[in-house]
Amino acid sequence: MSRSIFIGGALSAVFLTLAGVSFVYTPYDIETFEIANKLQTPSATHWLGTDHFGRDILSMIMMGARTSIAVAVLAVGIGVCAGIPLGLLAAARRGTLLDEVIMRGNDLVFAFPSLVIAILITAVFGPSAINAIIAIGIFNIPVFARLSRGAALPIWERDFILAARVAGKSSLRISAEHILPNITNLMIVQGTIQFSLGILAEAALSYIGLGAQPPTASWGRMLADAQTLTSIAPHTALIPGLAIVFMVLGLNLLGDGLRDWLDPRLRRTRA
Amino acid sequence: MISYVGQRLLSLILSLIVASVVIFTVIEVIPGDPAAFMLGVNARPDTLEALRDQIGLNDPLLVRYFAWVTGMLTGDFGTSWTYKVPVADLVADRIWVSLPLALYALILSTLIAFPAGIIAAARRGGLGDVSIMGATQLGVAIPNFWFAMILVLIFAIKLRWFSAGGFAGWDDPFMALKSLTLPAIALALPQAAILARIMRSSLLDMLGEDFIRSARAKGLTRRQALWRHAVRNALIPVLTIIGLQFSFLLAGGIIIEQVFFLPGLGRLIFQSISARDLIVVESVVMLLVFVVIMVNFAVDLAYAMVDPRLRTKA
Repeated sequence: MSRSIFIGGALSAVFLTLAGVSFVYTPYDIETFEIANKLQTPSATHWLGTDHFGRDILSMIMMGARTSIAVAVLAVGIGVCAGIPLGLLAAARRGTLLDEVIMRGNDLVFAFPSLVIAILITAVFGPSAINAIIAIGIFNIPVFARLSRGAALPIWERDFILAARVAGKSSLRISAEHILPNITNLMIVQGTIQFSLGILAEAALSYIGLGAQPPTASWGRMLADAQTLTSIAPHTALIPGLAIVFMVLGLNLLGDGLRDWLDPRLRRTRA
Repeated sequence: MISYVGQRLLSLILSLIVASVVIFTVIEVIPGDPAAFMLGVNARPDTLEALRDQIGLNDPLLVRYFAWVTGMLTGDFGTSWTYKVPVADLVADRIWVSLPLALYALILSTLIAFPAGIIAAARRGGLGDVSIMGATQLGVAIPNFWFAMILVLIFAIKLRWFSAGGFAGWDDPFMALKSLTLPAIALALPQAAILARIMRSSLLDMLGEDFIRSARAKGLTRRQALWRHAVRNALIPVLTIIGLQFSFLLAGGIIIEQVFFLPGLGRLIFQSISARDLIVVESVVMLLVFVVIMVNFAVDLAYAMVDPRLRTKA
């Protein structure tokens, strides 16, 4: 296992743990305002300081990790659950009209500026974490569809698929029983990458006020609140930003490391 | 080539049609009455009815859709409900902020990414490669709006080299460019990181090709082979990404415009959303999608011109 899996995994694990722990414990309650303690710099009582309402930033980061991870995981889930079956179906019916329709549909979604559409969706349906998930998730579908089709096509040419066909299995059953297990590695790697992109997208949407709404904590929202305070309390802007950077960096390193580790061919050719 | 262009053109038109249907549906058909949405919950029924009449909501859906599309084809984007001026005028004012910003960022990103990618590939595995690749990992992980805030903190608040926001206007081109500089840097950074990685891997692929070995065999130095043969060929995939990035920069500018209070298309969309001015939102979003689809089309064509193999394959 490479160093990037280790570092990336460790960084991701830290945030997953923070998010997990926040269900049972946070140092302070983030829904009580202590205006008297506002904008404190990091200290022994408030490890990461307090924000403009006197809320403990560490507790906010923990709750925010929960929001980010939940939104990103569900958005990846949408992409995986809709995209992979579509891609496998296109590969099983390659060269047919169905394949063509699925792939052209994919191209179309790719052509949309995702951010603009995400803004449109959340603006029309109202800003909320759910709508952010849907908006981000929709753009994950073509990613997984295209990738799974591309990975499935060469497998369809292999001898063991021919054997399965001779044994009388339908192409859908072959897709589920033989193709899917062979492309899982690739999907896991892509899932990690889409996960990190989801974190960034969630942060951007909540930064412009279209993601999770108060009192739900979110890193993007913390940055939006901190924007006018950067000159007097830089830590309120630095800390949530660093949380995003480390989380995304961790996931990207993990994805890169997993790709090299799971694909032996890459292991040999990469210098 | 002609059949290739025809095919791409057909899919371009299809994309535009589907895009317009999707945007129209999202905005006009789903939950509730756009007039009620625009006027808020306390609107009186007769006011609602008057607005519905005024913006044609009482017409059948198909009639409205075709009115909207034919309007846009003739340059009539509708009239803003809040500003009381044609949407086309609103767009014309703001495009001169958003478009230069996207171009500025694209130039910066290319200027950073090309040398970085080439150096990294030429010194594969060396210190330069490792540090450049490390920097790109960081670059893709940094949210551009946060990077923008940090830039403001350092260069506007502490050093006072730039203003923290606002746009000086094109009367003084130098000041205008200056007010777009921090936003362009913020926008360019993650794109530069992606582009540098693609430049590097594309170049590494080329360096492993037989024609590079032939070039070296006929006596070219490593450097000559790199510049004369590898870089040129490596540019083909990079070109596609640059095209995709332009549309991303145009759309991504929406958030950066918020950070720097730039009066561009992004702010127009936001103000229209909060003012519930759906006509503006609808037309501006369609316009952005149109530009993105057109740029992708142009990239496809450019690609086919550079690489003849693609024409036959398609």
